[in-house]
Amino acid sequence: MSDPVGAVSAEDVKKIARLSRLHVEDDRLQPLADDLNGILAWIEQLNEVDVDGVEPMTSAVDMSAPLRKDAVTDGGIRDNILKNAPKKDDGFFVVPRSVE
Amino acid sequence: MTDLTKLTLEAALGGMAKGEFSSVELTQAHIDACAEAGKLNAFITDTHELAIEQAKASDARRAKGEAGLLEGAPLGVKDLFCTEGVKTCAASKILGEFTPTYESSVSANMKADGMVMLGKLNLDEFAMGSSNETSAYGPVINPWRKGEDLVPGGSSGGSAAAVAADLCLGATATDTGGSIRQPASFTGTVGIKPTYGRCSRWGTVAFASSLDQAGPIAKTVKDAAILLESMAGYDAKDSTSLNVAVPKWSESCGKSVKGLRIGIPKEYMIDDMPVEIQSLWDQGVEWMKEAGAEIVPITLPHTKYALPAYYVVAPAEASSNLARYDGMRYGLRVDGKDLNDTYDRTRTEGFGDEVRRRIMIGTYVLSAGYYDAYYLRAQKVRTRIVQDFENAWQTCDAILTPTAPSAPFAVGRKVNDPVKMYLNDIFTVTTNLAGLPGISVPAGLDQDGLPLGLQIIGKALDEDTVFAAASALEKAAGFTAKPEKWWA
Repeated sequence: MSDPVGAVSAEDVKKIARLSRLHVEDDRLQPLADDLNGILAWIEQLNEVDVDGVEPMTSAVDMSAPLRKDAVTDGGIRDNILKNAPKKDDGFFVVPRSVE
Repeated sequence: MTDLTKLTLEAALGGMAKGEFSSVELTQAHIDACAEAGKLNAFITDTHELAIEQAKASDARRAKGEAGLLEGAPLGVKDLFCTEGVKTCAASKILGEFTPTYESSVSANMKADGMVMLGKLNLDEFAMGSSNETSAYGPVINPWRKGEDLVPGGSSGGSAAAVAADLCLGATATDTGGSIRQPASFTGTVGIKPTYGRCSRWGTVAFASSLDQAGPIAKTVKDAAILLESMAGYDAKDSTSLNVAVPKWSESCGKSVKGLRIGIPKEYMIDDMPVEIQSLWDQGVEWMKEAGAEIVPITLPHTKYALPAYYVVAPAEASSNLARYDGMRYGLRVDGKDLNDTYDRTRTEGFGDEVRRRIMIGTYVLSAGYYDAYYLRAQKVRTRIVQDFENAWQTCDAILTPTAPSAPFAVGRKVNDPVKMYLNDIFTVTTNLAGLPGISVPAGLDQDGLPLGLQIIGKALDEDTVFAAASALEKAAGFTAKPEKWWA
């Protein structure tokens, strides 16, 4: 069985965490790498399957994507949209500064 | 008066139609049962006052001759379905006190049919789990007990436990890899995942969009059919919703299965299968034969690859779906030193261990360089699994298998071994990958007196046959056992 992907290192976990917008404490990197390697080793079984010439499945049911008129069907519900905001002010979401 | 909580949904609807009792009386009986059952931790949010108001309105509608399909029936709703004005949190801290200003299409259909909602049911966080132990609101405890607390299965553990304990007449649930059927098997209840696209996903918190499908957990096969008739239906707001008619599935229950060809897949005879599950499956074969069905050996050669494929596809879709929880527009926000730090802290504190683990697996398998090796390959394996079923339908009309590889296990038993936990879904996950309907029917007890289920899998859109076969199984099994009421 070919092994296209090497084992995940602590450094890889750090990178995956960054891409996932999650924080992982340094002392948790290696245990998490071991965890992921356990799962990925099990997933490696998929390499045994002959998938030559097989189309990837993209939808569970054979149907074409429905089209609708490009028209506004909803709106005017600003208060509803803001209702669950952690911070809001005067009809706006309040978020941390992202440009200095 | 008889205990109204012991009724089936069908009997309760009949009793109200005949004026034997009102929805208010029926609802109050269930509220009293819920109030005694705190130890089960089946509900995250109770809506008892609202339920009484809805029951009064329902009785008024019935008096005017305007009774809907579920008129006045007290039901539970899994806390993955958005409910207008009622907190919906998917058992996650990251949604905080999120209170939708809209209603999911499935629960809206049920409300329009007269549902009385008792509350929002506990689940695994974002439906990720097979034991209901990943909930931020604590584990649900199975009403079935053996010396120690047992899990109710998952992710729809609250739905299954509440129905098994007679806290509600039926409940909504969702199934991404087995989350309706495995808890149904663990609690002696009936659960069906219909064909993908039957129930709208609009307004249901997303986990893995190409696999997620709603369905009911109920006391009987007929009750499940009645509930599904209400839940299903075309919805333009879900682009994968199927624009097909919703049959009267309740009329398929009890239909003869004479001449029906039932496939038995040899690949489901796994190593380490408990003897009792194998013999229950053999018994199921005998029951179907006695009911006039023809038994056909079949092969589904890619079965063993279904779970590994699922654990690529589901985390990949979950990592995309859960990217929306950024602490900006709703739910939890944990302030950090800058925007990125706020994202990191919010998501790290807001998501539990299993959800974080799956987001990271998903991010990894979708990341540059690995997409082809993992995600694309898994999607091709998924096509192979679909082809297996298409070949099987050449010689059979439905498939009979066990629902789960074990009886309910003790709380805490598998929580530290993800792969072992994932194996719970070994018999159910294939139908999610292929989009097919599957139902679990309680069929017997193991030597410890714990329930075990059998599964019927059908062709796409052929829930008719699934319900007919399931009700034949139900009739032959004559499963009437109930858990001892230790929690009250």
